[in-house]
Amino acid sequence: MSARVDFPPSGTPYAYVNAGIVDPSAGLECPGGVVVQNGQIVACGPEVTIDALGDIPHIDASGLLLLPGLVDMRVFTGEPGTEHRETLASASEAAAAGGVTTMIVMPNTDPVIDDVALVDFILRRARDTAIVRVAPMAALTRKLEGKQMTEFGLLQEAGAVALTDGNRAVRSARVFRRILSYARDFDMLVVQHVEEPELATGVMNEGEVSSRLGLPGIPAAAEIIMLERDLRLVELTGARYHAAQISCRTSVELIAQAKARGLPVTCGVSAAHLILNENDIGAYRTFFKLSPPLRTEDDRQALVAGVADGTIDVIVSSHDPEEPDTKRLPFAEAEFGAIGLETMLASVLSLAHRGEVPLSRLVDALSCQPARILGLGIGTLQPGAPADLTLVAPHHSWRVEAQALKSKSKNTPFEHRMLEGCVVQTVVAGHLVFSRQID
Amino acid sequence: MAGRAASIEPALMTPIPNQTSPVFSQPHLLGIEGLSVSDVLNLLTLAHNYVELSRHGEKKLSVLRGRTQINLFFEASTRTQSSFELAGKRLGADVMNMSVKSSSVSKGETLIDTAVTLNAMNPDLLVIRHASAGAAALLAQKVGCAVINAGDGAHEHPTQALLDALTIIRHKHRVEGLTVAICGDILHSRVARSNILLLQLLGASVRVVAPRPLLPAAIDRWGVQVFSRMEEGLKDCDIVMMLRLQLERMDGAFVPSVREYYRYFGLDEEKLAYAKPDALVMHPGPMNRGVEIASSVADGVQSVIREQVEMGVAVRMAVLDALARNRPVQAETPAPQGGEA
Repeated sequence: MSARVDFPPSGTPYAYVNAGIVDPSAGLECPGGVVVQNGQIVACGPEVTIDALGDIPHIDASGLLLLPGLVDMRVFTGEPGTEHRETLASASEAAAAGGVTTMIVMPNTDPVIDDVALVDFILRRARDTAIVRVAPMAALTRKLEGKQMTEFGLLQEAGAVALTDGNRAVRSARVFRRILSYARDFDMLVVQHVEEPELATGVMNEGEVSSRLGLPGIPAAAEIIMLERDLRLVELTGARYHAAQISCRTSVELIAQAKARGLPVTCGVSAAHLILNENDIGAYRTFFKLSPPLRTEDDRQALVAGVADGTIDVIVSSHDPEEPDTKRLPFAEAEFGAIGLETMLASVLSLAHRGEVPLSRLVDALSCQPARILGLGIGTLQPGAPADLTLVAPHHSWRVEAQALKSKSKNTPFEHRMLEGCVVQTVVAGHLVFSRQID
Repeated sequence: MAGRAASIEPALMTPIPNQTSPVFSQPHLLGIEGLSVSDVLNLLTLAHNYVELSRHGEKKLSVLRGRTQINLFFEASTRTQSSFELAGKRLGADVMNMSVKSSSVSKGETLIDTAVTLNAMNPDLLVIRHASAGAAALLAQKVGCAVINAGDGAHEHPTQALLDALTIIRHKHRVEGLTVAICGDILHSRVARSNILLLQLLGASVRVVAPRPLLPAAIDRWGVQVFSRMEEGLKDCDIVMMLRLQLERMDGAFVPSVREYYRYFGLDEEKLAYAKPDALVMHPGPMNRGVEIASSVADGVQSVIREQVEMGVAVRMAVLDALARNRPVQAETPAPQGGEA
């Protein structure tokens, strides 16, 4: 898995000092520093000061936040199959610029990652070309058709960190029940796109806005029905289940109830769904056509509250590169999806600035929780952990300009927006993979 | 029948100062949404004048001489396309028809490619019909000429709403205070959307009457009264506006069968009797006789369906004229570049 991305270890120790350390894995939120050696963290906390370092070279991180590197559980790339949209290399550049040190890539490629050899291909390509850690989720079903299970055990051995059909839901309750039972034998996490396909034939949230735009809608019930069904099947099988992205208030309530019942359930939400709502579609702006769709302001507020209280475990970018050919079309004909690796952290920091979500909870959702759920041994600044670090200037504002983004595709819903909070350095296994000068 | 200038609502009597002064505040006609009352009344006044000219005067005018109008129809539509064609020709424009269904679009050319190609021919007026909501707005971002939406998916069909309003005003002398029942497939209907917006803008009270599966989500938020029985929805209304129901939607997908639909939602004399005795019967065409409307009603004394067609030409003349007035005489505006799709 991720450990296969080998960066040559460096023997010389170095340190960051005077930073604002935020490490929810250890309940740490204080001024302090981090010492790195051989690609690992050897010390972290308020005791790491210039005086205590002696001869160890240090970087003064005054005014910056120092976070465990972000772990993005939902990244679509075009490799293999549509490399002109995004390669693992270009996605990793975007990730590094967004403070993401580990990308979990989806199996929705051509060919689909549903076989041991393809998991191996992703890991080898990532090792050779990517500048951040890459780990694949493998398909739940062959060719994502929702019919035949893939080889869960062999895929796990090959390095798949979880199983999902990516942006497709497993439609058959019978198949999904067996998937959950079998995945439990390997303690594999099953990640579901929670959307009942029969009800999700529209192109945006169903409601007054879709009616006025004359666009076919996707009711929130499409998500709720699938989530309720899945939760029943989790109860039946005991498998570990993760709803990849939820989008509406009722889903937050369902997850909270399931957790209260003790079910092994977690869920994620995309940064876009925490910041935007259906009204942002405006006059048919296809960069806001997402799956699940952006919903109402009330839903958005419920999602933010769900992140704040921990009901929603994980924030993802749901980075999905699309080219002009698939986006510069009438809304109904355009593809779903938006890029998000480079804007994920900066966009959700606004929630902390406004006091809606504590900073430590944001970092928990962006780093510690995805690492914990996937069992990656990262997402922490504690000694012994890999030195994956993200340094952020929390109040430095910047304007999102699509052409300046590193992703090969430019379909960002945040274009021309001002975001407050900017990644300054990204470190993977002790190596600087991204740095940006700010005034 | 009405139709004499003296019987028209006073607002429509405002003479248009001359043949070149601007009467419309928008560069395009993409929908009724966003139009002001004065935009609408100016268009209707102009259209009203063109009715009289078409009936009594020289049919070939020179208002649009030297102007190029392209009718870009991605969906087959004999009626709307010929109405726009006739309107342009009566005003002296050079009119070109492109039915794109059979041409390069089937070879993979996108809407924007087609638009850019056409734009390079420097048209002044581009009339577009497309199966996707928002297509006209998308096109308007990419071309340098005035764009007229002749129907985009289930979104809007503004000239249909304008011609319906003109028809109503010429009979009822007003829109304000009238009760209008729009009946049938509201869900898929751009005609219904544009009409609801326009009739409400002009002060009518709008009802929709349809089986639930043919109502859009959140219809109750539109400021309309919703009925699922014709007898209740038509009670005491001034205008009965029927909508076409596509045959493929009557095989159990949205309603069970033609005969059940006709039984409960087809406009026959019995159901029409619930409306006011002088209620007008309207239909945007083409009609499915014996499905949403009985022949006896469609051809009856209360029907103004044929007059709607006549008003259609006049309204489209007015729209073409009004948009052309907002453009420089030497049309050479370059296309805007870039921008998000």
